[in-house]
Amino acid sequence: MEQLTIHLSILLFWPLALALFGASIGRRIAPAIAVFGALVPFGYAIVLLLDFDTGAAGLQYVTDDAWIEALGIRYKLGLDGLNLWLVALTTLLFAAAALWVFLRPVERPRLFTFHLALAETAVLGAFLAQDLALFVLFFDLMLVPFYFLVGQWGSGGREEIVAATYKLIIYTLVGSLLMLAGAVGTAVLSADGGTLSFVLSDLAQAELDESTQRWIFVTFALAFLIKMPMFPFHGWMPDAYRAMPLPALAIFSGVLSKVAAYGFLKIVLPLFPAAAQDYQTLILVLALLSIVYGSAQAFTQTNTRLVLGYSSVAQLGFIVLGIFAFDPEGRGGQGAVLQMVNHGLVVAPLFFIVALLAERSGGSEDIRDMGGLAFRAPVLASLFLISALATLAMPGSANFVGEFLILLGLFETKLAMAVIAFSGVALASVYMLRMYIRTMHNRAGERTDSRELTVGDAIVIVPLVLLIIAFALYPQAALRDSEPAVEASIQEVVR
Amino acid sequence: MKGPTIDWAAISPLVTLTAGACLVLMVGLLRPAFVRNTLVPGLTGATLGAAAGLGAWQWGENTSVMAGALAIDDLTLAMLMVFVVAGVATVMLSARSLAAAEAGHGEYHALLLLAVLGMVVLTGSTNLVSLFVGFELLSIPLYVLCATELRREHSLESGLKYLIIGSLGSAVLLYGLALLYGATGSTDFATIAASVGEVGDDPLFLTSLALIVTGLAFKASVAPFHQWTPDVYEGAPTPITAFMAVATKAAAFGILLRLFDVALIGAANDWAPALAVLAVTTIVVGNVGAIGQSSIKRMLAYSSVAQAGYMLAGVVVSTRLGVSAVVFYLFAYSVMNLAAFAVVIARERETPYGDDLRALHGLGADRPWLAWPMTIAMLSLAGFPVTAGFFGKIYLIDAAVDNGYAFLGVAIVLGSAISLAYYLRVVAAVWLAAPGVSHAPAPLVTPGGQPAIAGGSAEAGEEPGTVAAPGPVAEDRSDSPQLEVAIVAVVCAAATIAMGIYPGPLFDVARDAGAALSGLL
Repeated sequence: MEQLTIHLSILLFWPLALALFGASIGRRIAPAIAVFGALVPFGYAIVLLLDFDTGAAGLQYVTDDAWIEALGIRYKLGLDGLNLWLVALTTLLFAAAALWVFLRPVERPRLFTFHLALAETAVLGAFLAQDLALFVLFFDLMLVPFYFLVGQWGSGGREEIVAATYKLIIYTLVGSLLMLAGAVGTAVLSADGGTLSFVLSDLAQAELDESTQRWIFVTFALAFLIKMPMFPFHGWMPDAYRAMPLPALAIFSGVLSKVAAYGFLKIVLPLFPAAAQDYQTLILVLALLSIVYGSAQAFTQTNTRLVLGYSSVAQLGFIVLGIFAFDPEGRGGQGAVLQMVNHGLVVAPLFFIVALLAERSGGSEDIRDMGGLAFRAPVLASLFLISALATLAMPGSANFVGEFLILLGLFETKLAMAVIAFSGVALASVYMLRMYIRTMHNRAGERTDSRELTVGDAIVIVPLVLLIIAFALYPQAALRDSEPAVEASIQEVVR
Repeated sequence: MKGPTIDWAAISPLVTLTAGACLVLMVGLLRPAFVRNTLVPGLTGATLGAAAGLGAWQWGENTSVMAGALAIDDLTLAMLMVFVVAGVATVMLSARSLAAAEAGHGEYHALLLLAVLGMVVLTGSTNLVSLFVGFELLSIPLYVLCATELRREHSLESGLKYLIIGSLGSAVLLYGLALLYGATGSTDFATIAASVGEVGDDPLFLTSLALIVTGLAFKASVAPFHQWTPDVYEGAPTPITAFMAVATKAAAFGILLRLFDVALIGAANDWAPALAVLAVTTIVVGNVGAIGQSSIKRMLAYSSVAQAGYMLAGVVVSTRLGVSAVVFYLFAYSVMNLAAFAVVIARERETPYGDDLRALHGLGADRPWLAWPMTIAMLSLAGFPVTAGFFGKIYLIDAAVDNGYAFLGVAIVLGSAISLAYYLRVVAAVWLAAPGVSHAPAPLVTPGGQPAIAGGSAEAGEEPGTVAAPGPVAEDRSDSPQLEVAIVAVVCAAATIAMGIYPGPLFDVARDAGAALSGLL
């Protein structure tokens, strides 16, 4: 019998409770309270990381309570090797964003911090949920705060912002709604006249027949592929990335896409193993297309946000490759989990750096208006370079380990695809270095003004970059924790 | 000689409503302003509250009264709760409204109570005769209530349109009921249920089914019999629109559940495919129709058509789970729509744009206490999580998939996807649009010489200070959001969220209501 604890509930609802509290007190103090609301879960996550029983399979710190008995929905949260590090990443990035908002006040701070906190609760909920309905609920809920963040604090003209919110919501919610139907279908068909249950472990027990698995797989895969986004479901991404306020974008790109990738590992593979086998090639081809298309776009875009956005499309392609490699040892899956954490860790500081770059180039986020920014800002340039090199999976970085494992796994099962995927590694260095050179080096732009970053900026960015370095030195920490869980997921399919 | 025993306890909610309607009508004849503006609405609210209290007392008794013509069971009582919530909200929304003053407070509120009475009779009826009595008792007061803004042409037009279309629907329904009696030889639901199996595909019986479906589809605004809905909703005084959208729909679905899932369950093979097609058509027509609307009331009218489609899917399923899902959805549907209509009313009174979408521009910055309820209502209607609409949809999809109607579940999901386009337009207007509205009080009616109203209340002409001229009272309105309206909006929005976080108790109510119907899986 697992021992029940309340820790995860505290972790989950702390940010939201504090933000509500802060918003009710006053506009001055709200951001400060929100920082407190984001730092405590981060501290909590670190304690959980240290306390986690490495090597043990199964869930830890389980919270399990009846919620809606009529529908068999339980309030069940738990940590395992799959979500442990992602939860830590989430709390870290939200803490960084809350700090950023505190140091650089925004308009209507009470609402802004409320929406950020709601987003944190929703993302953590999606990672921690061990009940399918609970997962869908939090997965859909993630969208609401980002809709408002884009709509009310977005950059660009009124019409562009409205268009961005429409695309963001309609694309992603269409996927989510289909997933909702798929989730209900899974539970009802698994129950097969017996008691209805949405609990993931119960659902994994009941084997659905293959044709049923197939259509349900499609609904889930669509929701996740849109959320990531992967080619060709990325239509909402450019507008949304252009309009989203940067602290929100750092989180969005850093963790929301990971929820989708995590969904494949946590839900799709254990619940629909036969369908996952059937669709393996299709998904792998989409992942390869994402790598190639994302890299090509990242190389041609001039808006720094979009360079990073398309690079994320390519990186997510790698992660999906790893998940669907289905090599018996689960190396690809492990690489994917590691790469999820890595990508979140590098892309968030890069977006914060984009904000600083824009400030130094007359407000423009276009690399054609930048250049020579490293001149009087060696620290900023170093931070940027470290993040950029980590993104392109420089040997020595944790990203290198991640991509290496992914490709290793893929080599075993799909040799040809692995060869194509290698080109993606090379392309990454092209677009990241292009971005770095065009902004920091080259001839100075007309309106550029090279300045060092302030202490306030450093408080947010430096710890993130230090973590990148620390993680590069010791990626085994994450790998060890995730190994049993990833293997269990992959075994469902390979078996 | 001994008369029949009367179960007074079971019919106590009905007695209360009848007595309350008479009392309110009489008290409304008194002259003082206090009586009209406070006492009459207060008595109406008290009557509704008493009916709800007596209903709660009778919960679980599941009695059959009036020689088997009425069932006061958990389904009836659950619907009674919906009617009471809608009724109380309407009374609050009507406070200080033009409609109540022009029609006379006594008449207005008495008609409202009679409509509620008719709804209870309709949803409780287990006999074709009481079904029709209830149907007419709910319809006729509403025809009048739609036209209570006597000086506004659209209100009169709305009442007339509703009267004509509604009468047509009643006639078709009556014809269908007569044929059903002809085919089965009884007006009693239980006897009909017993003989339906033998009737088979008798043309008389099938014709009666078609006519009954058509008649009830008019009332529930199921496509393609929904065309009156946007016009009537737009023209009627907004509190009445809110009442119709919520309570009438609940009543229509109450009887749809009882008639089809009890009396005609044996012929499910005949009507289920037809209703399934109607459900899908309704979902598509309602959602697509709502997209281009600039009037919020018309948009909500089409949205109510779409929601009727979702609920009709639950009727088609014809299992206990389906009944429970529909009842749960009706609760959710009521609170989210009442919240939305309350905000529309508040903005009608304080901006010159009426119910146009522009009236909501910049609401988020100006009036957070109205903006949040509207946002929550729209998100809930669209089925976002942590709102009542989310679980309502899960429950409906669950019921549909469970009985092999997976395609209806998919239709609900796709309909919700389309519906985002117009619900989000409202949210965008509330939060993302620049507040370009000057808050000059709109003249509620043309000040100055008002035409005398033939047959209208004498009150309207007498008190220009409170009703017509933009005097000090009107200015006061623009400065503070109307308290009663804001309360309705906030309470309903809070209920929407509460049902989205802790729906357990409501699920129990819905399950009891489903269990009340016999003969279901």
